[in-house]
Amino acid sequence: MLPLGVFPYLIGGVIIGIGVSFIYVVTGIHATQSSFFSTTISFFSKIPYFQQKSYLESRSWRITFAVGVILGAFIYAITLSPDGFFTTSLQWWRLLLGGFLVGFGTRLSQGCTSGHGISGLASLSNASLYAVITFIAVGILTALAFETLGVVP
Amino acid sequence: MRIKHLIVFTGGLLFGFGLAFGGMSKQEIVLSFLQLKDLGLLILLGGSAFVTALTINLVPKVLKKPFLGEEFKKRRRTLNKRTILGAAIFGVGWGISGQCPGSAMASIGVGNIPVLLGVASMFLGAYIMGRFFT
Repeated sequence: MLPLGVFPYLIGGVIIGIGVSFIYVVTGIHATQSSFFSTTISFFSKIPYFQQKSYLESRSWRITFAVGVILGAFIYAITLSPDGFFTTSLQWWRLLLGGFLVGFGTRLSQGCTSGHGISGLASLSNASLYAVITFIAVGILTALAFETLGVVP
Repeated sequence: MRIKHLIVFTGGLLFGFGLAFGGMSKQEIVLSFLQLKDLGLLILLGGSAFVTALTINLVPKVLKKPFLGEEFKKRRRTLNKRTILGAAIFGVGWGISGQCPGSAMASIGVGNIPVLLGVASMFLGAYIMGRFFT
């Protein structure tokens, strides 16, 4: 059930929690990820949905946060990563199709694995709890279906 | 203003490092959870939510306001059909590709360049949602 052990997951999770906590304690911001797509689109689209006040107010720090996440992972790759830099062997169409549904679904749901999963559960939100149960259950069913259909990698 | 960005950036560094350390920048590891072969992702999610829960629920009892902000706000989301339908659509995409928004950013950092295709696609998905479904 845990072929890679508990350690990387537990330590990784705690580090993520410390990052989110640090931002919250100092700035009061709930640092989450998926709104980044919508708020960044607000620079290019005049559609009222993208121009909503909360998006305009948060769009600059959300870019800063995303850059931090990318660089944090980069630091891991050049320090502790056993494989250094690496790439996925998943077929391109899976990344493309999956990415589209992830972008659409997280914005429809107003949260992703970090928004509902970390900040939402931590805020003891019922809506987020149901969202998390839903995306984990549907994610499992989908991944198992693809595996059963023999879609590899 | 600048210092706020520095704080968010530093927290982002930890967030990205933790995701990568916990294997989330590897789509194969995320999929191994969704195929029920390695339940570690639950430990990572539970660990990060637990640490964050302690902070969000206890710190506002001790501190009146954030060091650089005006108030500790609750993150509010109302439960409706869109919350669940959106989560289900996200789940399908997650199960197909092993990508989610945060882990996709971390993937870019570890040089997992094919995931840029997924990120571009997430922007498109977010755009279509905002353009036609609001």
